Amino acid sequence: MAADTTLDSLPDLLADLDRPTIESSDLRTEEMLVNMGPQHPSTHGVLRLVLRTDGEMVLEAVPHIGYLHRCAEKIGENLQPYQFVPKTDRMDYLAAMNNNHVFALAVEKLAGIAVPERAKYIRIIMAELNRIASHLVSFGTYGLDMGAFTPFLYAFREREYILDLFEAACGARLTYSYITIGGVTFDLPEGFVDRCREFLDYFEPKIDEYNRLLSYNHIFTKRTANVGVIRAEDAIRWGLTGPCLRGSGVKWDLRKCLPYDIYDRFTFDVPVGLPPGGEPPVPPGMPKARVPPGVVVGDAWNRYFVRVIEMYWSVQIIRQALDQLPSGDYRTKVPRNVKLPEASVYLEGENPRGQLGFLVVGDGNPIPYRVKARGPSFCNLSITTHVCRNCLLADVPAIIGSIDVVLGEVDR
Amino acid sequence: MADVRAEDILKPRWDPALKGRAQRVLAVLGAASAIVAVAGWFIAVNVLNGHPAAVLFLCIAPALTALLLAAGIAAIAFAGPIGRLLSALAAPIFFGGVAGLIVLVWVYGMATSFVDGLIATTAPAAPHGATVFGGPLTTQVILDALPHPVHCPVVSWLLWPLQFGPVRDVMGLIGVIGFVSLFAMFAIWWERKVAGRIQSRLGPMRVGGWHGWAQSLADGIKLIGKEDLIPAGADRPLFRLAPYLAFVPALCAFVALPFGAYWVVRNLDVALIFVLAMVGVEVIGVILGGWASNNKWSLYGAMREACQMVSYEIPMGMTLLIPIMTVGTLNLVQIGEAQRDGWISWLAFRNPFLFVAMFAYFIASLASCKRAPFDLPEAESELVAGFMTEYSGFRWCLFFFAEYAAMFVVSALATTLFLGAWHSPLPAAWGKALAGGNWLAKGLHGLLFSGPLWFIFKSIFLVYVQMWVRWTLPRIRIDQVLYACVQVLLPLAMVALLGNTFWELLVARGSVLAGLANVILSLIGAVLVLGFVVIMVYGRMNRRRLVGTLAVDHLPGA
Repeated sequence: MAADTTLDSLPDLLADLDRPTIESSDLRTEEMLVNMGPQHPSTHGVLRLVLRTDGEMVLEAVPHIGYLHRCAEKIGENLQPYQFVPKTDRMDYLAAMNNNHVFALAVEKLAGIAVPERAKYIRIIMAELNRIASHLVSFGTYGLDMGAFTPFLYAFREREYILDLFEAACGARLTYSYITIGGVTFDLPEGFVDRCREFLDYFEPKIDEYNRLLSYNHIFTKRTANVGVIRAEDAIRWGLTGPCLRGSGVKWDLRKCLPYDIYDRFTFDVPVGLPPGGEPPVPPGMPKARVPPGVVVGDAWNRYFVRVIEMYWSVQIIRQALDQLPSGDYRTKVPRNVKLPEASVYLEGENPRGQLGFLVVGDGNPIPYRVKARGPSFCNLSITTHVCRNCLLADVPAIIGSIDVVLGEVDR
Repeated sequence: MADVRAEDILKPRWDPALKGRAQRVLAVLGAASAIVAVAGWFIAVNVLNGHPAAVLFLCIAPALTALLLAAGIAAIAFAGPIGRLLSALAAPIFFGGVAGLIVLVWVYGMATSFVDGLIATTAPAAPHGATVFGGPLTTQVILDALPHPVHCPVVSWLLWPLQFGPVRDVMGLIGVIGFVSLFAMFAIWWERKVAGRIQSRLGPMRVGGWHGWAQSLADGIKLIGKEDLIPAGADRPLFRLAPYLAFVPALCAFVALPFGAYWVVRNLDVALIFVLAMVGVEVIGVILGGWASNNKWSLYGAMREACQMVSYEIPMGMTLLIPIMTVGTLNLVQIGEAQRDGWISWLAFRNPFLFVAMFAYFIASLASCKRAPFDLPEAESELVAGFMTEYSGFRWCLFFFAEYAAMFVVSALATTLFLGAWHSPLPAAWGKALAGGNWLAKGLHGLLFSGPLWFIFKSIFLVYVQMWVRWTLPRIRIDQVLYACVQVLLPLAMVALLGNTFWELLVARGSVLAGLANVILSLIGAVLVLGFVVIMVYGRMNRRRLVGTLAVDHLPGA
């Protein structure tokens, strides 16, 4: 306003200024806090995200965890290791075999228990079968998060067969406690090897079917490509492991880089996130996989696709293990009260979701002084706030689903 | 311990006390109805001089009620044998029921035309403004005119009310509501079967005996029995109103849909606008439901619905203008009549722009009735259940019915405007001979060449395509929804509209170019339909190999 405005016009102007304008009262927008979870279809359990939203935009997403906390580590200080094995089942309940495996390896290293050759192979077979089962759930539920219902049913159809195999081996379908201190609880049942081969022959060509159904689907790639991009240095800085790290293009897989147990005896490849046009490694004889346009290294699509390709290589590892499977004992006789030496062991293994580590500290008693778990889901979840920033509401399930957390392990 | 068989555990057990009480209640009501019927007879004959309305309401209606209640008592008494019989005869009952409904509607149509004929011939001098208590026809006139096999007083009393307009409107509304309910129940069951087959499952198999045909019935009973929750902070009146605002417009749209040349409740001159308006009004119920729920997820669903509807109405309306431009009327019956000469005369095959418009309309219609991949308002993995999050029981049921009714409405519009309405794909000339024959040939002509069966079949096929899409594709994101509308569908619709304008202006009807385009597009359409049939048959024959034998071998009926 010019300084020499006549005084007559001022009172009216001031009255107008005092009156609330349309902009300031009716069309005023404000941020809205939304609770996503702990009961929400796509938070994969009891994850609670507090979203700060502006319309469809999510400005910030803060994970709140602890709804499934069961004091697993404290319980570990009060039980003998073989009694603690069932608790590890319930951490990452979609990959219970792998959890058993890593915990057994850590305790065996601490107590100096030797494991028979046959048991080592059975462990690899079971761990890799469970990796396939876990990736199938991840693949299926990720489709579900994107609104595609059908792949989920296909994935569960295949997983059912793996669960049948596990049931034949140990009687349980989810919490196996099959891999235990000193070996495995039972020998493989009669006909297991044949049924396992039958499944592998049936399953391997199906992976390409899933790719054609979901991975290369135009809408699916539009929904996941360039969404939730995690740069390699961020992935390392936040301690991501497993497919989340490899999806960002870092070729880091403990089975390959620091082989534990007998993984050095098998040949397999490690898929990583690739730019458009890249061709992830697939076993010979399988149709070539290709990365569709629009994809960025480290985005949700690449994290998802790393899992799909990993299923190929798990099949290869199981085939080799079945071929080399020796006869003999499936378990060494471990006395009930093994005195754990005054030492500590930290051992990490490659779970379907990343590196699961167990720190077991002995103090001369049969009961460990301390059991600490490093859960991959927990560490992977930590990047949520960093990634879910200024994205759309529909991208939040896409990001959470691609990080693929299991809340049983996050909360322990 | 004795052997416990699964059948013993699964067998429904009736509480004898409850059974007796239900029978006693029915018996009391039945006796009351019978007494009312007898008393009504005396009153109607002696006091009201046998006025037809009095006879109908005071005597015949209570008598029918009493009979129905007696049947109910018998059904409770012989529930076991009746249940076994129903289970054994499930498939005949299902198909017989469908056929019976068609016959019922047919009989109603014959009755109305009979009454119309009577009014025209026997009572030409009837005073105008007939009311319920004094129409041009008396029961005696109707009785005299009835042909031999139905020559009885009860029939004449039943036909008597049909001479009044309001009575016919009520009958039409009952028909519409009945059709919508039956269609919604069928579509819900069928959607589950389609989903099951696509996902290499079987879908519902238990309730009712034959492929779980009574599943929707069981679901409906369950839903009505659910607790009726209204959230604490909800706007109660609006929360209660919203489901009706969603359901009623979908129902109203049926009033103007032409199931056949004469099978339309109200032959409106602006039928298309009316139907579009009704489809558009439905969104208010959804927005209201989302707002009144006092739930942030519901609000998100409502906002998405508003956003989506507003944007997709434009390409939808624009694509619908294209056939209108070609035919030159908004009256759906006339649009249907313009496509009477078989496959080649269907509007979708008239010119390339109409062909494109059909697909554009189909995509827009998916968005307008919230079907995948545009099911963002209720996107379960993002918004829990969107605007329906807080709804339960019957209110939820109404939203669900509204969705299926809307699916049928948009498919019926596509059928009417692009795919020959109620006409068969066979050329009309083939039907000439049949139409001139005896009543059987006429019936066959009606079945094969025109009529509601074709209309319903085509519409349900389009509904099937919607289901097929839903169970195949992932959901798109809100920005992509708007991108697809504003940047793809809208320009496409505009180009088609403009192209059709020039086509209508420059290409004469019957010219070589028009004929060539017509033939080529008809062939493309035929190839599409045949391809669908071939894929269907191939899939059916190779289903074990395609599904993977490991999973299906032990399933019954796979």
